[in-house]
Amino acid sequence: MGAGAIRGLGHGVGDVVESLGRLAVFTARILMVTVRPPLRLREFADELFKLGVLSILIISVSGLAVGMVLGLQGYNTLVRFGAEGSLGAVVGLSLIRELGPVLTALLTTGRAGSAVTAEIGTMKATEQLDGLRMMAVDPIDYVVRPKAWAMICVMPLLSALFILTAIGGGYVVGVGLMGIDGGTYMSSLENSVDFGNDVAGSILKAVIFGVLVGLIATYRGYTSAPTSAGVSAATTSTVVIASVSVLIFDYFITALWGV
Amino acid sequence: MNETGTRDFLVGLFVLAGLGALAFLSFSIGGLRYTGEGGLPVYATFDQIAGLKPKAPVDIAGVKVGQVTGISLDESYRARVDMDLDRNLKLPVDSSAAIVTSGLLGDRYIQLSPGAEDRHLAPGEQIPYTESALVMERLIGKFLVNVGDSPKEDSQSGSGSQETAPAP
Repeated sequence: MGAGAIRGLGHGVGDVVESLGRLAVFTARILMVTVRPPLRLREFADELFKLGVLSILIISVSGLAVGMVLGLQGYNTLVRFGAEGSLGAVVGLSLIRELGPVLTALLTTGRAGSAVTAEIGTMKATEQLDGLRMMAVDPIDYVVRPKAWAMICVMPLLSALFILTAIGGGYVVGVGLMGIDGGTYMSSLENSVDFGNDVAGSILKAVIFGVLVGLIATYRGYTSAPTSAGVSAATTSTVVIASVSVLIFDYFITALWGV
Repeated sequence: MNETGTRDFLVGLFVLAGLGALAFLSFSIGGLRYTGEGGLPVYATFDQIAGLKPKAPVDIAGVKVGQVTGISLDESYRARVDMDLDRNLKLPVDSSAAIVTSGLLGDRYIQLSPGAEDRHLAPGEQIPYTESALVMERLIGKFLVNVGDSPKEDSQSGSGSQETAPAP
């Protein structure tokens, strides 16, 4: 009984270490083909379209909603202390430092990461990856590389769009509905946000989250079981693992670099 | 345009919009300077800055002309406040700087009052006259002490029946 539990623990730890090792090998293989010609810019541009352009709607609508809620909540709290002039700082700082990159990563995981896993998984289940290998085309080079890099490039751009629409949403509520002066809102925002402390950290977070989501989504698809149940399980686990690791990494980035 | 062309156009537009948003966040909201040190750096020393922070605005007659870039302690234990002003500003050498508060509990900022000399401050020079921040707690303390004193004198001359009455 006791020995069985310990054996189970050892097995679990072994599994975790093994899958981390496989992920590291997978990452190294992507890096090795990254600058190998042909660069496959056509595929890369198509992935930018699928992961980026098609995510703009959900990102901007969510950004607007989050900004409006922040504006309303912030105003209701600040007005008790007569400090509603600081609404711009409250909305801007919380968005730039935390909410922008994190919510963008979560939304992009659900919107685009799951699609990446499902696409690669289906290609595997229908033996398209084997077909590529038959033609001496490395699937990591042709399928995985454009998707992973597109995810990394898209994340900071989407995060910046999210933050801007959310700041706009806060402006609509604060200035339009609650009657704060527009100049007060913007100047409190500009005075409290610093490039080195806040904006650079926000971009760093978004890039790291892009790496995480891109790697997890492609890896899960590439290693999915070649059945319909396997693809569905891989898609689910992409969303779960990517979301959780984004939140955990967010804590550590904040703790280590103070952004 | 064929389908691929439209797609590429949208991708290009997306990348431009994203980079534009990043640039706006960095330069406009984040205040990143791309022309290097182009301002007019000056400094002033105060006895008490009471919560003035870097990046606080510096204004003249309510118009923002610069911001606080650094706060440090000088050799005589006074607070040295470095600020970066608008390059085109001509500030007379006998100007004065005061730390004031926006609203009762609002943020502290520096208000400059231009002097009357013909010579203007050069980069790196000191603003000679300063007025320190008012510390609200100290003012309230003084007020309470004063208010607390006066009824005591009254009670000594009077009946003494109001000893237990709290200060208003």
